[in-house]
Amino acid sequence: MTNVTGLNIVRFVLLLLIQVVICNHINFLGYINPYIYIIFIFLFPIREERLLLLFVSFLLGLMVDLFSDSGGVHAAAAVFLAYARPILLKNSFGMLYEHQSIKFNSTELGSLISYVTLGTILHHFVLFSLEIFNISNIILILKKTLFSSIFTIILSVLLIILFSRNRK
Amino acid sequence: MQQIFNFVIRNKTFLLFLLLFSTGLALTIQSHSYHKSKFINSANVLTGGVYGTMNSVDQYFHLNTENDILAEENRRLREQLLNLSTNKDTTFIDSSYAKSKYRVTTAEVYKNSYASVNNYLTLNKGTNDGIAQDFGVITSNGIVGIIDNTSKNYATTLSILNKKSRINAKLKASNHIGSLTWDGVSPEFVQLDDVSQFANIKVGDTILTGGESSIFPKGIGIGTIASFDTDISGDTYTIQVKLFNDMTSIGKVYILENLDREEIRSLENKIND
Repeated sequence: MTNVTGLNIVRFVLLLLIQVVICNHINFLGYINPYIYIIFIFLFPIREERLLLLFVSFLLGLMVDLFSDSGGVHAAAAVFLAYARPILLKNSFGMLYEHQSIKFNSTELGSLISYVTLGTILHHFVLFSLEIFNISNIILILKKTLFSSIFTIILSVLLIILFSRNRK
Repeated sequence: MQQIFNFVIRNKTFLLFLLLFSTGLALTIQSHSYHKSKFINSANVLTGGVYGTMNSVDQYFHLNTENDILAEENRRLREQLLNLSTNKDTTFIDSSYAKSKYRVTTAEVYKNSYASVNNYLTLNKGTNDGIAQDFGVITSNGIVGIIDNTSKNYATTLSILNKKSRINAKLKASNHIGSLTWDGVSPEFVQLDDVSQFANIKVGDTILTGGESSIFPKGIGIGTIASFDTDISGDTYTIQVKLFNDMTSIGKVYILENLDREEIRSLENKIND
C-alpha cells in the first residue's frame, strides 16, 4: 500500500516537473505542445477511491495552471478526464475492468492505446475549448486538439511502455 | 432530510466532480477579465523558484544572441548620443524642469509563452524592486507587454500576444492612432484596429506606441505594416502589424515606471467624476 502511494507521489511530482519545465516549451510548429501530465490520471490505481482521484487530478491540473498562467483550464480538463475514466476503462478493457484486475504493466498494447487515445482526445478537447473559450473558433479548437493529441498519445504510450517493469 | 443526505451520499462522486469542475471553470472565466487573474498566476515563490533554476541552465545557450542584441542596442544608443551632441548648442535644457519621467529596471524573462491565446511572461523582479501593476515592459526592439500580477520577487506580464491586451498605438508617418490587439493566430503579427480612413497607409510604415496611456512613453517601436484592409463598417482600417520583437525568444527586458503616473491618473479621474 505505502509502496503504491509513494510511487504515485513520485509520479505526480515528476510528471508535473517534466510538463512545466520541458513540455510546455516545446512549441512544435509554433503551437503544438504535448500534455503528458495526464499519464498520472491514466495510471492511477483502479481500486483507489474515485473521490481521491478527482481531488488529486484537480490538484495536478491546478499546479499546471499555476505554472502556465492559464486560469483553471488544466484543472477543469483534468477533473473531467478523471470523472470520465471508468467509462473509458470499461470501453477499452471490458471484462478486465469489471473484475477490477487491470494491471497497466501487463495489459494488451491495443487496449492500452485505445484507452490512452480516447482519454487524451477527451481531455484535450475540454482543455482547448476552455482555453480558447469562443465557439466561433471551433476550427482552431479542433485543430489544436487533433495535433496536440497526436503528440501526447505517442509520448504517453511510449512513456507508459518504457516505465512498466515486467512487459514482455 | 434523510432523503437529501441519501441523495448526497449516493451521488457523491458526481457532486464532487461538479464542484471541482465548476471551480476550474470559475477560475478560467475569472482569468478572462482584465487584471482579475489574482489567485492562479506564476508570480509566486514556487513557480518562480522552478523557473529560476531552469533559466539559470537555459541562459547559457543564448549568450551569443544576447550579446549580439546588446551590441546592436549599444550601437543605436551611441548613434543617438553622437547626433545629440552635434546640435547641442541650439537646444537649451532648463534644469529646473528637466526631471526624469521614467524609471527603468532591467529584468530577466523566466518564462515566456506564445502558443496559447492568452500568453503571459514571468519576470524575476517584483514588489521588492518597486515593480507594480500596469508598468510597461519593453525590449531594446519594441514593446512586450504590461505587468499584471506581482509578488515579492516575481512579476507576470500580460504579453501583447494576449486577447486581453489593448495598447494605444499610432502610425509614425501621420500620427493617426488605433488600438493594438491580437487575434491569437500568429506570434509574429498583431492587429491595429480603429485606424481612421483618413490615414494614408503604406505597407512597410512603422507603428509606434501612442503615448496616450500612462504606461508606455510615446514612440516606443512596435512593428511595421504588413498588410491592411477596410473594416466591415467601412470607416476604419484594420492593419496587420509585423512585430519588431521576436516574441518567441525574449531574454532580457526593461520595465518602465512612469513617475508621473499618479498625477496623470488623478487628473483623469477628475474628468471622469
